[in-house]
Amino acid sequence: MPKDSGIGAPTKRREDVRFLTGKGRYTDDLNRPGQAYVHFLRSDVAHGRITKLDTSAAEGMPGVLKVFTAADFAAVGGVPCGWLVTDRFGQPMKEPKHPVLAEGKVRHVGDPVAAVVAETLAQARDAAEAIELDIEELPAVVDMRLALDTESALVHDDAGTNLCFDWGFIEDNAAAVDAAIKAAPHVVTLDLVNNRLVPNAMEPRAALGEYDAADDQHTLYTTSQNPHVIRLLMGAFVLGIPEQRLRVVAPDVGGGFGSKIYHYAEEAFVTFAAKALGRPVKWTCTRSEAFISDAHGRDHVTKIELALDNDGRFLALRTDTLANMGAYLSTFAPCIPTYLHGTLMAGNYATPLIYVRVRAVFTNTVAVDAYRGAGRPEATYQIERVIDKAARELGIDPVEIRRRNFIKPDQFPYQTPVAVLYDTGNYHDLMDVMERISDRAGFPARRKESEARGKLRGFGVAAYIEACGIAPSSLVGALGARAGLYESATVRVNPTGGVSVFTGSHSHGQGHETTFAQVVSDMLGIDAAQVDIVHGDTARVPFGMGTYGSRSLAVGGSAIVKSVEKIVAKAKKIAAHLMEASPTDIEFKDGRFSVAGTDKSVAWTDVTLAAYVPHKYPIEELEPGLEETSFYDPANFTYPAGAYACEVEVDPETGKVDVLAFAAADDFGNVVNPTIVEGQVHGGLAQGIGQALLEACAYDETGQIRSGSYMDYAMPRADDLPSYKVDNSCVTPCTHNPLGVKGCGEAGAIGSPPTFVNAVLDALNSGGHEVAHIDMPLSPSRVWAAINGGNA
Amino acid sequence: MPKVSLKVNGRAVSRDVEGRTLLVELLRDGLGLTGTHVGCDTSQCGACVVHVDGVALKSCTVFASDIDGAEVRTIEGMANPDGSLGVIQAAFQDNHGLQCGFCTPGMVMSAAALLTENPNPSEAEIRAYLEGNICRCTGYHNIVKSIQAAAAQMSARPVAAE
Repeated sequence: MPKDSGIGAPTKRREDVRFLTGKGRYTDDLNRPGQAYVHFLRSDVAHGRITKLDTSAAEGMPGVLKVFTAADFAAVGGVPCGWLVTDRFGQPMKEPKHPVLAEGKVRHVGDPVAAVVAETLAQARDAAEAIELDIEELPAVVDMRLALDTESALVHDDAGTNLCFDWGFIEDNAAAVDAAIKAAPHVVTLDLVNNRLVPNAMEPRAALGEYDAADDQHTLYTTSQNPHVIRLLMGAFVLGIPEQRLRVVAPDVGGGFGSKIYHYAEEAFVTFAAKALGRPVKWTCTRSEAFISDAHGRDHVTKIELALDNDGRFLALRTDTLANMGAYLSTFAPCIPTYLHGTLMAGNYATPLIYVRVRAVFTNTVAVDAYRGAGRPEATYQIERVIDKAARELGIDPVEIRRRNFIKPDQFPYQTPVAVLYDTGNYHDLMDVMERISDRAGFPARRKESEARGKLRGFGVAAYIEACGIAPSSLVGALGARAGLYESATVRVNPTGGVSVFTGSHSHGQGHETTFAQVVSDMLGIDAAQVDIVHGDTARVPFGMGTYGSRSLAVGGSAIVKSVEKIVAKAKKIAAHLMEASPTDIEFKDGRFSVAGTDKSVAWTDVTLAAYVPHKYPIEELEPGLEETSFYDPANFTYPAGAYACEVEVDPETGKVDVLAFAAADDFGNVVNPTIVEGQVHGGLAQGIGQALLEACAYDETGQIRSGSYMDYAMPRADDLPSYKVDNSCVTPCTHNPLGVKGCGEAGAIGSPPTFVNAVLDALNSGGHEVAHIDMPLSPSRVWAAINGGNA
Repeated sequence: MPKVSLKVNGRAVSRDVEGRTLLVELLRDGLGLTGTHVGCDTSQCGACVVHVDGVALKSCTVFASDIDGAEVRTIEGMANPDGSLGVIQAAFQDNHGLQCGFCTPGMVMSAAALLTENPNPSEAEIRAYLEGNICRCTGYHNIVKSIQAAAAQMSARPVAAE
């Protein structure tokens, strides 16, 4: 096996060559013969009743093929939600219809009202301006706290309330948690906001629908993290297209971060319109349009209480959250603040009693769903912020209070009081690594140096745990998922020995074409260049659930491993026949099959050729061919963990914060490609620091988005961020998947926001400013206001 | 419709365009050079950076008809004559300076412009220069490293005789 391309090697990415030469194929790069273009007319008010919608003038504009409205979609379904949450009282969540085009009412700025299809995009845009649309404005529901007042306007009239669900976890523990908090010597309370973010994958969404009348076949090219999920949701639930007649292709996709998991109305539109018009129909989102149509992330308002004994040991934890759903339920929206948040509230700690309450609220804003981390950053932020506050109030060192409460290495597997069972971990070792790589010991000297320049220097720490590899289908089904969460892989060995791997995972920046090939080449002892990875096309890959929740290697990689194991088992039988030996005597190493204890051997290619040219072949016992498919359904989530440190400098005159250093010690279990893993951590850290320092999706009280472009939404730029110190040397392999891997995609975004905020508060308190909390993002105005007693 | 004649990656091209046609639209839709990307509509993200007469410009902010006669270089023109990756491109691959690849063409074009202006930039200078190029995947760490590596390699390389 070539050591430079197997498991553990920092192999260069093969996909880079096409991206670096302009040969990537993203959805908007594709064009089909006869293609027309759609432009959506979207609501410019947050809430209102459509009183007039006259498209006749627009229909007569040059190049216009048709103007679609809700009436054209009367016979098709709404955009479905993929997760049903049951509330504290056993009742199902409110699940109002999400029409493809607005029916009667508009519910957020950006809600599509009409769609103009024309020969050119410019003609479609021009014609949209000729549509006569009158909207009678209604009071906008924006603030979640006000949305639950009985006097509030209703986003969905027939729901009768803006409360989607009131969820308790675990409801039976509520009384015991309450009693423990009442009896505790110390209770530390914190009110905090997890700010609304826009995922902002750099490639805006796009969708291209095509219909072939000759054989009644639909094709949708779309910017998706999970093309089979789109085929199922759109085909079965929206348009009623049998799945065998619908092909969904997600070619190169320019980042997702969650926002390209969901089935969006625009995908259903182009698929529907392509058949209605007999022409391919293409939609490419503009960035401004993305801000008002891509699902947003986070947006929680929380009160958390942590009860401690006199030694700083955690006795109980209770949290009460309002979670914004936006105007419609996006595909996985109800699952994020519940099962991906409540189950993580133990964090890295042996807190015996935990209760989580979440009320999900409809507002006249864009739908909110998973964004990198999805529920886990919201959980981690609360835990790690309230622990820091407790450390300060009780006068305990922030590293020490965490160590004192960590689940100990000998306690694994560890059953938390919030349903999940952690298989492995070593949080003390992670803390050691973090202290070393951040040079915590040298911090006091660095602080002095900053103080000499009139600056305040702070050192913040946080630990995180996440649940990845989402997840056992039986478990998520019991929790309300309307899908299974296994992954698939077909491994096809070709006659001359090359291998095509068809994976249900999808790569949109993660480098699967490289890492998955490393795994297969390592297992088969052949060069990675002989292994091709195919993904993103429902006509080519087996039914797969796609990529999110840091699941691709842990779940998709495991499916590949299972298929390769089947290939090797069959190949050994063929080799045994070729060498007239018993299959049990066959050893397979470095791409050769040999008979144990002899010098007889055959090459990989001898066996692969025999499989397809079965002249000398055990045909009565074994079918020809060498191709295997596996579906892997994991036994448990995986539990990556880490300890992070951030060092900041605050200018007390202006409130400006500079991030000077960031150190991340992560345990991802075994690592296939360390370079790619480090890159994933870097990107996660940037998004987490972005959330904590810069980013905020803001709405005004009328529901207008105030941060609707890159002029207003503060994306992290190169000069906002430091270089990072990343360490993956602490490894406790996952015990229940064959590679022992845990997933690394979201870690950085989960652990970094509280680390950063803790650092800033450490800086302020070191300067005598007794500031307990500042809500993200920690902009200069907010920090300055905190320094100056809240008077910005 | 005005006619625009350009030299794009060394090849002479001529197209009829509307007055409102942007350079990026001409490159992508008119010439099929889809390596240049559109990531925003406010000239902020830099995914569309190309070189026009040697200067790095955001091609979403230039009317095609305004640059008649110009020489344009895009990501498709950055490889070596034999098709292998150029120094900057190779440095991005060697240092994992890209993930989803969408911002990458603009990053490479900006990096090339930076290294022409300043062959030996500091980390701070690189970060400041990339102010107009947004990446959501890499956290910039490995982009900075890639550009430093390219700079080192270019300055070590013997200067070719004119």
